[in-house]
Amino acid sequence: MASIRRDIHIAQPPDVVWAFLGNPARLHEWFPIVDCRVEGTKRWITLGTGITFEEDILIVDNDARRFQYSIVNNLLIKDHFGTLDVLDDGHGHSIVTYQTQCTPNVLALVTAGASGEGLRKAKQILEGDK
Amino acid sequence: MGRRILFITTDQQRFDSLGCNGGTIARTPNIDRLAADGINYTRAHPQNVVCMPSRSTMITGQHVATHGVWMNGVPLPEDAPSIAMTLRQAGYKTALVGKAHFEPLLDPFLRFAENRMGRDGTNAEWVTMPDGSRAPHRGFDHMEFAGHGAAGNLHYVGWLRENHPETIAKFVPNLDADLEVTTEPGGDTGAVQVRNTNDINREWYHTDWVADRTIAWLDSLEKDDDWFCWMSFPDPHHPWDPPKSELHRVDWRDLDLPAGYIADADERERVLADKPAHWMGWYNGTFVSNYEAPLKWVPATLQPDNIREINAMVHVKNELIDEAVGRVLAGIKARGWEDDVDIVFTTDHGEMQGDFGFLFKGPYHVDALMRLPLIWKPAKSAGVSPATVSAPVGHVSLAATFASIAGLPQPDYAEAPALPVNDEDARSRGLERVLTEWDSILFGKKVGVRTIFRDNWTCSAMLPGTLHDGTEGELYDHSNDPLQRVNRWNDPSVRSLRDDMLADMWDHLPAPAVPRRECDAPV
Repeated sequence: MASIRRDIHIAQPPDVVWAFLGNPARLHEWFPIVDCRVEGTKRWITLGTGITFEEDILIVDNDARRFQYSIVNNLLIKDHFGTLDVLDDGHGHSIVTYQTQCTPNVLALVTAGASGEGLRKAKQILEGDK
Repeated sequence: MGRRILFITTDQQRFDSLGCNGGTIARTPNIDRLAADGINYTRAHPQNVVCMPSRSTMITGQHVATHGVWMNGVPLPEDAPSIAMTLRQAGYKTALVGKAHFEPLLDPFLRFAENRMGRDGTNAEWVTMPDGSRAPHRGFDHMEFAGHGAAGNLHYVGWLRENHPETIAKFVPNLDADLEVTTEPGGDTGAVQVRNTNDINREWYHTDWVADRTIAWLDSLEKDDDWFCWMSFPDPHHPWDPPKSELHRVDWRDLDLPAGYIADADERERVLADKPAHWMGWYNGTFVSNYEAPLKWVPATLQPDNIREINAMVHVKNELIDEAVGRVLAGIKARGWEDDVDIVFTTDHGEMQGDFGFLFKGPYHVDALMRLPLIWKPAKSAGVSPATVSAPVGHVSLAATFASIAGLPQPDYAEAPALPVNDEDARSRGLERVLTEWDSILFGKKVGVRTIFRDNWTCSAMLPGTLHDGTEGELYDHSNDPLQRVNRWNDPSVRSLRDDMLADMWDHLPAPAVPRRECDAPV
């Protein structure tokens, strides 16, 4: 299983960042997907190629500002575990980390690439004209 | 009306594959004629020996350190310089037909323009430039993509699916069930990534398709248009599965083993052991540097007949490329452009093809991967005399060369001047070295290599990483050791030469782009 982490600094308070990124139903607003639907602890996302991933939402921890999920029931992806953390940088702003653990290994790299793009877009949205 | 430019690239083709460069198997009369009538560079190197970094150098005119595409899977930024954009701004019509690969191919999120165009069957994606104007992606009015086989978001795959769907399963699948590059054995010898049963019509194979689509685009132009057309063949890159109908051209049983193959296993391993550790590491299966060298394939298992069969397939592919080139040149002649077209032919990197017991490619800066065919046939109207140029040159000069053909100054983003037209021109302009970089981080193993070729010597420094502490290197004397078997890095008698070459290399390598760009996909 490959494990890859992407991170970014966002010049906004952690609570503000978490309110956006910690909401699993808002993923499509910042992650490079075309659709996102949440029902209870299930989420379905649709990629640009039309591929749909079914996901189990495992943890939405508003105190620790941690979101964890797993892609399930997928013919290609044998194991997957994703973690998003919003951390205080010590100066009132945020460090966001997005970690992907996945088998096959190559899909960890591809998902990490998408998460990197997503984090850059989230920074743009949250920082606005700052 | 100026000089038009036909830029022909292949993928993973060795210098010695062409008749004009001493090749004796594949018949390549059309390309040989370009060399005879134009300028044949006998020491042309890429700035990186895998596709995306090398192609990024071609289009930007920059070393890898500058454009930052350090490995396959690292996308060239949307706003990176592009010689196609420069030519388009000067009034040229522009096209790229065939393999682009400035962006990752494995892209389920459809993040990249190449994949979006290929999937949707569109030929341009418009972007906003820094000055607010609109321009097509990378400056190409028309893009139409093909790759290695019948997989991926490519126009060729869509065309096959629509017109000849029964052919798709005939190609070697690129990936296995784990999405790793396949090690599927095939052919007569059980060679990796070989298939001798692809009974696709030759006319439907991607080589002919690229030529057909190039001709179609050229036919869409007005006679007075200036144009820049990058015709980019995906072959002779693996997998080795050319049309079965063409295999009769070269019987693998008739081939000698390549000069670079060391038949005696003990001798081979002694030679490898005298090189830095990543050589033996790959050979024995403990180290893989990049995704295109199949993870589950161990070079030590390579058999002589595997090499013969693969090389026969490569020769067949090269003949098909040459014939496709001939058809496009005939089309250009029929349009009355013959005297006003500059033709540049090269490839992005080489292929081991059995040298030292390897296939594919990696951080192995020897002639198999670095010495490339490069031919420039200037338009007759330019009045340039045919020549053979032995001075070292690189792809980094292509952007400035295309600009000069168009009558434009060297673009400010291009890091090297136009190619010399003869050795005297090279001498007078101080063109005496060519640089190549390698960086890989795969499965926790990091390797970096920096290489200079000068005065007919290759000198490579290993950067500190997983397998090297930064003191290792390679030094080859091509005059006396053309097969690069004797590593003289630690030879005291050439220590000052080595140190001088290293100093020269560090003086001329640009500082690396910071921060390092992320690798977003395996390929």
